[in-house]
Amino acid sequence: MNTLWEFLSMSDANVRFVTIGSILLAASSAVVGCFTVLRKRALVGDAVAHAVLPGVCLAFLFTGEKNPLLLLLGSFVTGWLSLVLIDVIRANSRIKEDTAIGLVLSVFFGIGILFLTSIQHSGNENQSGLDKFLFGSAAALVGQDLITFGAVALLLLLSVLLLYKEFKLLSFDPAYARTIGLPVKGLELLLTTLTVLAVVVGIQSVGVVLMSAMLITPAAAARFWTDRLGVMVLLAAAMSSLCGAAGAFVSFTAPAMPTGPWIVMLLSLLAIFSFVLAPKKGILARYLLQRRIRRQMTRENILKTLFHLGEATGEYGHSYSKQQILERRQKPLLQMKNSLHTLRRKGLIKKSREGWALTEAGKKEAQRVVRLHRLWELYLTEYLHVASDHVHEDAETIEHVLTPELEKRLEELLHYPTADPHHTQIPQQP
Amino acid sequence: MIQHVKDPVLEVHDLTVSYQRKPVLWDVDLTLPSQALVGIIGPNGAGKSTLIKAIMGLLPLNSGFVELFGKSLEEVRKRVSYVPQRESVDWDFPASALDVAMMGTYGQLGLFRRPGAREKKLAMEALEKVGMQDFAQRQISQLSGGQQQRVFLARALAQDADLYLMDEPFAGVDIATETAIIQLLRQMREAGKTVVVVHHDLQSAQDYFDWVILLNMRLIASGPTDETLTPALLEKTYGGRLTELSRVSELLHKKNFPIRETKPTRK
Amino acid sequence: MNIDAFWIIFTGSLVAICCSLLGCFLILRRMAMVGDAISHAVLPGIVLAFLFSGSREVWTMLIGAAALGVACTFLIEFFHKKAGVQADASIGVTFTWLFALGIILISVYAGKVDLDQDCVLYGEIAYVPLDLWFTESGRNLGPRTVWIIGGVLLILVLFISFFYKQLYLTSFDSAFAAAIGISTTLWYYLLMSAVSLTTVAAFESVGAILVVALMVGPPATAYLLTDDLKKMLLLSSGLGIIASAAGFYLALWLNGSVAGAISAVIGVQFTLAFVFSPSHGIIARNRKGLAAPRMAEATVEPVL
Repeated sequence: MNTLWEFLSMSDANVRFVTIGSILLAASSAVVGCFTVLRKRALVGDAVAHAVLPGVCLAFLFTGEKNPLLLLLGSFVTGWLSLVLIDVIRANSRIKEDTAIGLVLSVFFGIGILFLTSIQHSGNENQSGLDKFLFGSAAALVGQDLITFGAVALLLLLSVLLLYKEFKLLSFDPAYARTIGLPVKGLELLLTTLTVLAVVVGIQSVGVVLMSAMLITPAAAARFWTDRLGVMVLLAAAMSSLCGAAGAFVSFTAPAMPTGPWIVMLLSLLAIFSFVLAPKKGILARYLLQRRIRRQMTRENILKTLFHLGEATGEYGHSYSKQQILERRQKPLLQMKNSLHTLRRKGLIKKSREGWALTEAGKKEAQRVVRLHRLWELYLTEYLHVASDHVHEDAETIEHVLTPELEKRLEELLHYPTADPHHTQIPQQP
Repeated sequence: MIQHVKDPVLEVHDLTVSYQRKPVLWDVDLTLPSQALVGIIGPNGAGKSTLIKAIMGLLPLNSGFVELFGKSLEEVRKRVSYVPQRESVDWDFPASALDVAMMGTYGQLGLFRRPGAREKKLAMEALEKVGMQDFAQRQISQLSGGQQQRVFLARALAQDADLYLMDEPFAGVDIATETAIIQLLRQMREAGKTVVVVHHDLQSAQDYFDWVILLNMRLIASGPTDETLTPALLEKTYGGRLTELSRVSELLHKKNFPIRETKPTRK
Repeated sequence: MNIDAFWIIFTGSLVAICCSLLGCFLILRRMAMVGDAISHAVLPGIVLAFLFSGSREVWTMLIGAAALGVACTFLIEFFHKKAGVQADASIGVTFTWLFALGIILISVYAGKVDLDQDCVLYGEIAYVPLDLWFTESGRNLGPRTVWIIGGVLLILVLFISFFYKQLYLTSFDSAFAAAIGISTTLWYYLLMSAVSLTTVAAFESVGAILVVALMVGPPATAYLLTDDLKKMLLLSSGLGIIASAAGFYLALWLNGSVAGAISAVIGVQFTLAFVFSPSHGIIARNRKGLAAPRMAEATVEPVL
């Protein structure tokens, strides 16, 4: 607990720098990642991330030191090169995009590993720490490195802020963007450059292997909470920053732990949480909506059945037992008991010793549903030429979804009919 | 104008199919006679391909069922052949025309048997029927669009079925190929087969088909060509969609409504 | 060539053949990146298998870990179909998550699991000859890894030769396959199981990334050289063997990782085929005048 307090209070200047640095790196890759994902190029980011490794090693091999600017330059060059190669392969052979990505990714990474192991075995003392690029280590971000990478991250965020509207259009509809005179090629080039830069700075905290998660996961998670790009970008940045700070904490308390995997693990859990629990788009929300619809259908079906029972005798206030209601139906009623109680609470039916009966309000509601059912049946026979013995099943569902506006429209089309295809009366609007 | 026949080769009963929770075909009821060339006609997005995919069991049904030769698809699969749209496959695939034609025999082979000399002979015969015997060893990407379509037909012929369902076999082929294909389809009809073709050219439909199905999200007509290709029915087919139907489709999609309360059962 | 070098090259070749055979089907189905995802996702399975079974029961461990690879494809489908996550993002989220889980498990159980983080990425093929397998009577049967990968190769060869027509047809035209009653889902998951099993078996010796390099590289090269799937399968196996041998000596020369060097050789092989292939190389295409219009487009349209 003390460690957490020590970390949160940020009394140690070193901790403060590392944390702020991690947040900046995480946020910048999340922001750029949103555009990457929306443009359906998520896995290309993975290729760039892996392709950065040989650049880092080459920069070290040429200079013999770990100058952050040079390492950044080296990784930038090979990151870009990997993208160009993917394009060249795709455009000049019958190799498809996924194969081109997988090939470039693994070959670049393999070459990087060859260099890295070769450097490690060479006995050069400066090299220690190069392997931090594999899984990242926020704690290793100090002094000069931090300032360099932090500055790049800020630059990234600023560019996106300035060109937000252009990037938005580019991700949504590049063809339209071109017609209104935006320099689409230039913007694409810039966005690509920003992605490579985001990868290059992001690997400081999560490493080469898991970098693609920093681009993809926050964006995929944020997409579930909103339909607005601006909100999505902010949310992605916030989630990512939170996890970045947590990564810095892990790095701070347990230096032996790889930072990258922890950040990615937290981000992934956040994403899965979003997939399941986000309002409206989440799996749970959609399941609940389905259930609500099913229940509403059952309730309307009960009312309808009571109405049908009454129709035969003309006595709509009569009570029927559960058994009698079920016998009248061709299909079973799910959750009947619950629905009966809900209907009573709403004052649509009442309970007596003999069973259940429609109230006046209930009869009105039942009439509405029966009316929609019969209107739709008529519509199907008149306009779709469906045989009259086939329309019932269709109308069983559609009666629950028709709006008053559609109801009116159907009435007009069918010239205010009074009977359905089975020559039963269509109840009129009260 | 929906005509039904006795002892149909194909019966579609109250069929509703949806894509991404939106119904694209509503309550289709039709029967087809045997030994006929049948055209499915309608505007883009009318559900023509959807209909034959649903018949082949490639899409889940929301309601209704399909019977072929009075039986379910599982029982008579070997008597039915399906020709997908040409664009649905990757023609860069490492395969020769003969390889593709040979695929038509796979259904008869069962789980373990590998195609042998007999299958090769069947495939070669099929290629001959479509005039592609000289291209048997040619890699499929080196064939023209018309030739690729012929190879697809050869594959179907190698299946030796009784009912053929073809998705746009005339799309993107030259006149010579189109003539050759229609000749072939006529021969198949003479041999007692039934061929159902998704088609979008009204002009040629009159000459090609004995029976026409007009479709636009719902079935508009199904019957002998002279009686179905009338100005009035065509006007109904191409004169735009039924707005109410589209609206209800939208509503079902937006409100996440089930298309049907219960799963379809066969009778 | 000494005996150690022989065993290393031999192991590399066995892995290469396994990966290439499956890789051919993967790239033809445009699922190279799903192969990449599986190769990362089996890691937690391997770690857990190490923890629970010790290293005695090799096959239980292999199958247990491979199950996680199949679970990964399930998850990708689930996130995509049920939750509506974009297809490529679904792949990216799933495999990074599982891989991160694996690395964390390794760090937490560092004392108990005989795996380290670097080994996960590029394997320890150089140590293959050290882990020998002895019979009870003490006879030396050669390296254990060779037996495991040899077993997997046998399974794969049987699988592909018995079910070649199903794999072939579902890869080329899944709608037609379904129409004649071949279950595309069944063959999809069988293929994915094979990929998972291979990845797990190959993991220890060559690591996650080389598995990808071998699954994608040689098949892609072979794809540029032939138009016949059977030849493509043979050719890519041959290319994999050559890459293993050449990679071994390259690694020796640079004093670096064998796995890394093999990937580099695979890159060279592909580049040669890409430029010089008599049927599909750039030079041949240019001569045919096919590539000219598309090349112009390529230089101005970046992927990102």
